[in-house]
Amino acid sequence: MKPKSGLTRFHDCYILRDSKIIKEDLWIRDGKIENPEQVFYVEQQEADITVNCDNVLIAPGFIDIQINGGWGIDFSYDSETVENGVGKVAKELLAHGVTSFCPTMITSHTEKYSKILPKIKKAQGGKHGATVLGVHLEGPFISPAKKGAHLDDYIRTPEKGLESIREVYGPLDNVIMVTLAPELPGATEAIKGLTGLGIKVALGHSTASLAQGEEAIRNGANLITHLFNAMLPFHHRDPGLVGLLASTTDKQVYYGIIADGIHTHPAALRIACRTNPQGLVLVSDAIAAQGLADGNHRIGPQAITMEGGRAYVAGTKVLCGSTTGLDECVVTFKQALDCSLEYALEAASLHPAKALGIDDRKGKLDFGYDADFVILHPKSLKVLSTWIAGECVYKRPNNASD
Amino acid sequence: MRLIILDNADVVAEWAARFVLQRVTQFAPGPGRHFVLGLPTGGTPLGMYRKLIQFYKEGKISFKYVKTFNMDEYVGLPRDHPESYHYYMWNEFFKHVDIEPGNAHVLDGNAPDLVAECQRFEDLIQEAGGVHLFIGGIGPDGHIAFNEPGSSLVSRTRVKTLAYDTLEANKRFFGNDISKVPRQALTVGVGTVMDAKEVMILITGVHKSLALAKAVEEGVNHMWTVSAFQQHAQTLFVCDEDATLELRVKTVKYFKALSEEHQKMIEGVPVDEQRVIH
Repeated sequence: MKPKSGLTRFHDCYILRDSKIIKEDLWIRDGKIENPEQVFYVEQQEADITVNCDNVLIAPGFIDIQINGGWGIDFSYDSETVENGVGKVAKELLAHGVTSFCPTMITSHTEKYSKILPKIKKAQGGKHGATVLGVHLEGPFISPAKKGAHLDDYIRTPEKGLESIREVYGPLDNVIMVTLAPELPGATEAIKGLTGLGIKVALGHSTASLAQGEEAIRNGANLITHLFNAMLPFHHRDPGLVGLLASTTDKQVYYGIIADGIHTHPAALRIACRTNPQGLVLVSDAIAAQGLADGNHRIGPQAITMEGGRAYVAGTKVLCGSTTGLDECVVTFKQALDCSLEYALEAASLHPAKALGIDDRKGKLDFGYDADFVILHPKSLKVLSTWIAGECVYKRPNNASD
Repeated sequence: MRLIILDNADVVAEWAARFVLQRVTQFAPGPGRHFVLGLPTGGTPLGMYRKLIQFYKEGKISFKYVKTFNMDEYVGLPRDHPESYHYYMWNEFFKHVDIEPGNAHVLDGNAPDLVAECQRFEDLIQEAGGVHLFIGGIGPDGHIAFNEPGSSLVSRTRVKTLAYDTLEANKRFFGNDISKVPRQALTVGVGTVMDAKEVMILITGVHKSLALAKAVEEGVNHMWTVSAFQQHAQTLFVCDEDATLELRVKTVKYFKALSEEHQKMIEGVPVDEQRVIH
C-alpha cells in the first residue's frame, strides 16, 4: 500500500463550512480535505505538521468561469502562443485566490478555434498555475443585435444543431461551457446536443424572450452569461432572460455577474441577488488588460490606455472590459450588497462549482473535497496564500503593500 | 463520601475542572506514567470540558500522558452522528487538547461483536492500571452512565437496553421522534466505576434534586444506581444549590459547613493530606 502523505492541520483559523464561518481547524492530506474525527478515532493519527494560523480566514479557492485573458494575454487572439498565454494567466491568477478557471474565448474566426482550442487542455493546477477546468466558448452562436464587443463578421447560427457547433469549434474535448443565444435557429438542438455531452450551456448575447429562455433551460441550459449585459432589458410584460431568475422552472439557474463596481449598478446586483440568491456566480470577465500597469498598451489589434487600473480604448473614456480580479470582486460585491461575507465568498466558489456540476469535489471545504483553498486576511480579505490540492502555490510577499 | 455544594452550575464546572487539574498535576504524568481518567458526556460536564480546554490553552495542563475511558455510547448510531458520544467527545474536548488518539478510548457501538467490544474495554482499563479518577453525571432517575434503574450494582461493561424515561428524555436530540432514539447502549457497569480510585459525580439542576437525595440520604438501592457510590472509599458529589432542593436542611448544613475544607481539594494541598478532609 502506498504510504500516506503528510497530514497537515491548519490550527487556530476560521473556515467557511456549511455556509458559516466557524472557528475550526482544517485538516488536509493527499490533496484532499480530511475528516479529523475519523483520523483521530479510526487511524489514531496525529497531524504531521500543524500550522498555526493566527486567526486567518480560510475559504474555498475561487473559481472564475469567465475570463478572457489578463496580463496582456488575450486567449481569443494570441493563437500561436496561447499555451504560454494560458499558463501565464493561470500563474498570475494564484495571487487573486483563483484555484480553477475557464479560459474564455469570444466570437472568433473558425480558423482561430481550430488553432486555439486544441491547445487549451484541461489541466490540474499547481505551483505552475490555477486548474484549467475547460474552455468557455462565448459565441459565435449569438445574436447580432446583442453582440457587445464581439465582431459581426464571425457571428453564426447553429441551424444544424450540434453539427453546426462541431463545424465551427471542431473537437469539443477541451470545452466545459458554451454561451449561445437560445432564440437562434437550431439553438434548441444545439443545447440538447451540448448538454448531452456534459457541456454546460449558458444563455447570453441574446434577444430571447422569457419563454425562449425557459425552453432552453428545460432543454438543458443552466446558466446566464453576464446577467443584464447583452440581453433585453427587464420588461414587465416579457422579462426576457433576466426573468429566468424568478421563473417557475424547477432547476436552479445560475447567472454570472461582474461585480467590479462598474459593469453592474449595485441596485441591479441587489435585485438579482434578492430574487435568486443561490444562482449568483461572481465572474471577473477580465480582459487582457487585467494586471497591466498604467500607461499605453496594445492588446491584439487594439490600442488601450490603462488609467488607475481601468482599461480605456486609447484616446477615449470608453471602458473596454473588466480588469478586476475575482478577489477584489468579492470585496466590492460584499460592500455593494451589504451581504454576509459567507455569501460573498460562496458566490465566487460554491456557486460556480454548482453551476459547472463539480460541487462534489470543489467549492467547499467539506471532507473528501479537493484541498483547493485561499487564506485571507480576516479583515481586509487580502489573499495571503493560495493552495491547490493541498500545496501552497502562492504566498503573498511579506513586503507587499496594501 | 463528600458532598460539595456550590452556588450554581458554572461554579460546579469550574470546581470540577480545577479538581481534575489538581489531580493530574499532582500525579505528574510522563512517559510510561499515565493518569487515567473516566469521562462522561452530556450537558452537565460541558462546562468542565470548556474550563479544561482553557487550562490547556493557558499551559496549565497537558493531556499528553493522560488516558481516557468514556462511560458509554449508543449502539448502532454512526460515529459522526451529532448525538453520538464519539462526536461529542471529539468536538467538545479531544480536538482542543493534546491527547494522543491512541489514549482516548470510547466504546464502539458499531462493533460487530458488542460483547467482545465490552470485554475489550474492560481489558484496556485493566492494562492501563485502572482508573485514577472517574467523572460521572447522573440522570433524573439516578442512573450513572447507562446503568438504568434496576441495574446490578456489581455490573461490568455491557450492552444495556435503555429505559423508557431515558428514551423520552433523549428524544429532543433526535428531532423529538422517540423512534429515532437508539434503544441500546454500551455502558461501563456500576462495578467498573466502583473500581476507580476516585469518583466525582456532577449533579446540577432542580430536575436532579430527587436523585441526589436518593443518592446521599437513602440506602444503597439498585433502583437509584448512583447510590452505590456511598460505599466507595473516595467519592465526591459536586452539586449546585438547585440540586439540593430535596435534601434535608441538616444534610445541606452539614456539608456546607465543610466547604472551606473542601476548597482545599482544589488548592494545591497534597492528595495524601486530602484523605483526612471529610
